Amino acid sequence: MPIEMNFMIGGEAGQGVQSMGFLLAKAFSRSGYYVFADQDYESRIRGGHSFFRARIEDSPVYAIREPVDMLLALNKETIDWHSKELTPRGIGIYDGEKIKLTSTDTKLFSVPLEKLAEQSGGKIMSNTVALGAALGLIKYDFEILAKLLREHFGRKGEIAESNVKAAKAGYEYTRTEFKGELPHPLSSTGEGKRMLLSGTDAVCLGALAAGCKFVAAYPMTPTTPIMEYMASKAKDFNLAVVHAEDEIAAINMVVGASFAGVRALTATSGSGFCLMVEGLGLAGITETPIVVVEGQRPGPAVGLPTRTEQGDLEFILHAHHGEFPRAVLTPATIEDCFWLTVKAFNLAEKYQTPALVLIDHHLATSYNTIEKPDVSKITIDRGEVFTDDMGDPAQYQRHKVTPSGVSPRAFPGLGRALVVTDCDEHGEEGHLTESAEDRAQQVAKRLRKMNGLKAEIASPRFYGPKKATNTLIGWGSTYGALSEAVDILRKEKVDINLVHFNEIWPFPTKATTNVLNNAKSIYTVESNATAQLAHLLRAETGKQVDGKILKFDGRPITPAFITAQMKKEGYL
Amino acid sequence: MVTIADYAGIKSAWCPGCGNFGILTAMKRALVELGIAPHQLLLVSGIGQAGKLPHYMKGNIFNSLHGRPVPPAIAAKIANPELIVIAVSGDGDAYGEGGNHFLHAVRRNHQITYLVHDNQVYGLTKGQTSPTSVPGFVTKSTPQGAPLPINPIALAIAADVSFAARAFAGDIEHLTQMIKLGIKHRGFALIDVLQPCPSFNFKNTYAWYRERVYKLGDDYDPSNKALAFERAQQWGDRIPIGVIYRKERPTYEDQLPALKMEPLVKHKLDPRQVESLLSEFI
Repeated sequence: MPIEMNFMIGGEAGQGVQSMGFLLAKAFSRSGYYVFADQDYESRIRGGHSFFRARIEDSPVYAIREPVDMLLALNKETIDWHSKELTPRGIGIYDGEKIKLTSTDTKLFSVPLEKLAEQSGGKIMSNTVALGAALGLIKYDFEILAKLLREHFGRKGEIAESNVKAAKAGYEYTRTEFKGELPHPLSSTGEGKRMLLSGTDAVCLGALAAGCKFVAAYPMTPTTPIMEYMASKAKDFNLAVVHAEDEIAAINMVVGASFAGVRALTATSGSGFCLMVEGLGLAGITETPIVVVEGQRPGPAVGLPTRTEQGDLEFILHAHHGEFPRAVLTPATIEDCFWLTVKAFNLAEKYQTPALVLIDHHLATSYNTIEKPDVSKITIDRGEVFTDDMGDPAQYQRHKVTPSGVSPRAFPGLGRALVVTDCDEHGEEGHLTESAEDRAQQVAKRLRKMNGLKAEIASPRFYGPKKATNTLIGWGSTYGALSEAVDILRKEKVDINLVHFNEIWPFPTKATTNVLNNAKSIYTVESNATAQLAHLLRAETGKQVDGKILKFDGRPITPAFITAQMKKEGYL
Repeated sequence: MVTIADYAGIKSAWCPGCGNFGILTAMKRALVELGIAPHQLLLVSGIGQAGKLPHYMKGNIFNSLHGRPVPPAIAAKIANPELIVIAVSGDGDAYGEGGNHFLHAVRRNHQITYLVHDNQVYGLTKGQTSPTSVPGFVTKSTPQGAPLPINPIALAIAADVSFAARAFAGDIEHLTQMIKLGIKHRGFALIDVLQPCPSFNFKNTYAWYRERVYKLGDDYDPSNKALAFERAQQWGDRIPIGVIYRKERPTYEDQLPALKMEPLVKHKLDPRQVESLLSEFI
């Protein structure tokens, strides 16, 4: 019988919901389980309602599931809103001394969280007590949790010990006081070797592995952790991280650093990217490699700042006036966030143009257990670089017209070659020009790079059989939910498969056309209101989808949502 | 040895009599006198008539967007501190479209020189008001007359700029000196150059400036912030030129641990370095 357990921790902002959730997820990752966890929070520092979900299984898991096996309620709202999500054998832990319930739901078990916390050193640790209580209920190895708490609060020794004490108090309480039937006991399955990464963690590790030396950014949910993590590693990894005055400055800095010869990255949200669009074109016309990570959230304008959407696909494909090549990668999983960030740096430098990594709030802030990536598989391809020993530096031309459209880059100051470029149209030598001939040559040269880029883009991923009566199509963060939906429906004897894009531009037209020619009924599934992928498929392949499943309430798409909608719409 | 001939560029598209010619001459002289060769230099410019200056000389050149020469300039300097980085702007570029970048680059004290051609009018777009136009300046975009101007030197001093000088395009020798001091300065050096525009600014002409500008003497103490703030605002019958304010303070680059070694651009890239970090996530 497969092990599957779904935890939810809920409370107000400021009660430590996210950090306890993370520790819970980490505890299970440490003991060999697979974890997928996500966060739901409001745009505020204190109050409101937020929750953290962690799904624990003994086989790989890539999406969230709604029914809750164990609910840790730090406030009354969590009980009011989520106790109905408890499974028949589920248990909800709450502090009966603080929260007065009118219902007599037998699934709810009171633990004096605040009292036990106070006895351990302060009521601020109520969340830690709850964590200990939850793990007590499933007879989890307390020492793993104690070790984690010591690591987490390590810099503050006393605080670490108080938290261990608080967790122990909660743990002992449920071990001795709980008389009901225990939910699935989860014993350790051995020492976990997997990493527990968020999407932004994975982007950062990818960027560091790829040799990123410069980051400029302006804080904005959901990609703020990228600039913060990179800044925390600036000293050890010898890179510069600039907190810019705004997103416009950030992207222009990244262009300048890259022009000078280092790999450079910026990260923002969709609305921050709006400000960056001018700089994107600067990179395009000056043929400067840049990597931009865009974390989508519901727009337009400020929209829902702490929630998720896939509303920026068409925007990012077309952002800027004029025409120039770009690569757009749309990681499907947290593992993809690592590898596709590495790939973005290589594509940007090889084709001397922007490479965009399009993630969303859900992927950025979710955690997943992944195998340690084999970094020996990473190649750093800096593209064609001119050095003085390759020819007469006096004859060097930054924008030389070539068959591939790629002109070897020289780096200013590293040799005698003078590197000249301009955001005005320019001739091969880089000086501004209004010549019709130069203009036509340079536009065509830049766009020729699309041919090379196109060959680098992977075909869409398949999940399930190669041929099926029904084909689901998605892109980006929905991969986990879609692949699980396929599993669920196939168990119900539905003939269905999945085609999924994690590299979307230049669009893999040929591969996609072949795939769609083999499909019978096709349905796109997206977190947006206008079915942007369906539109793109029509534009690039001429195929019209048979149905669209759309979700645009700011909450992530789940497997259950997809299967329910497929049935509701009569697609099956 | 570097000579003026090394800095010969393509023919300019400026109007006859433009103040930019004096600035170009002074720029070349300053670089030659400092022994800086074109390949050691990075010129980053914005858009406007000033933004074209790098094309008319030699060097590594990044002609950037309107209002945005400063962000790429400071980043290039961080990537390769061995480059001499000079950003070139006009008044509209620097103080209008690029106002925010200007203010924050001053505050952070990046190690670049910022040469602003200040002719108090928009030239490239043919004669609209600029952030430094005199009050009441009537143009097609301000038929009612321009509002109050900003004072770039005073603004920079308020943000504790580490070097702020004013120069005049008609006094090439003095301007050359200012550019040299700016390049040698450790930190952000603003040089606001008063520049006649014979096509669109008929008030602030060469003659008008010659009657008014005076050089700050040896008795002037540029480290006195209150005095500098007062001098920055002197305008009208007498206009001071020279180093108005100077303050030694750590540069932005001084505070970046990664720059303590060789330039970032010379670092070897090795993906295996990240291996140690991966274990931190287990």
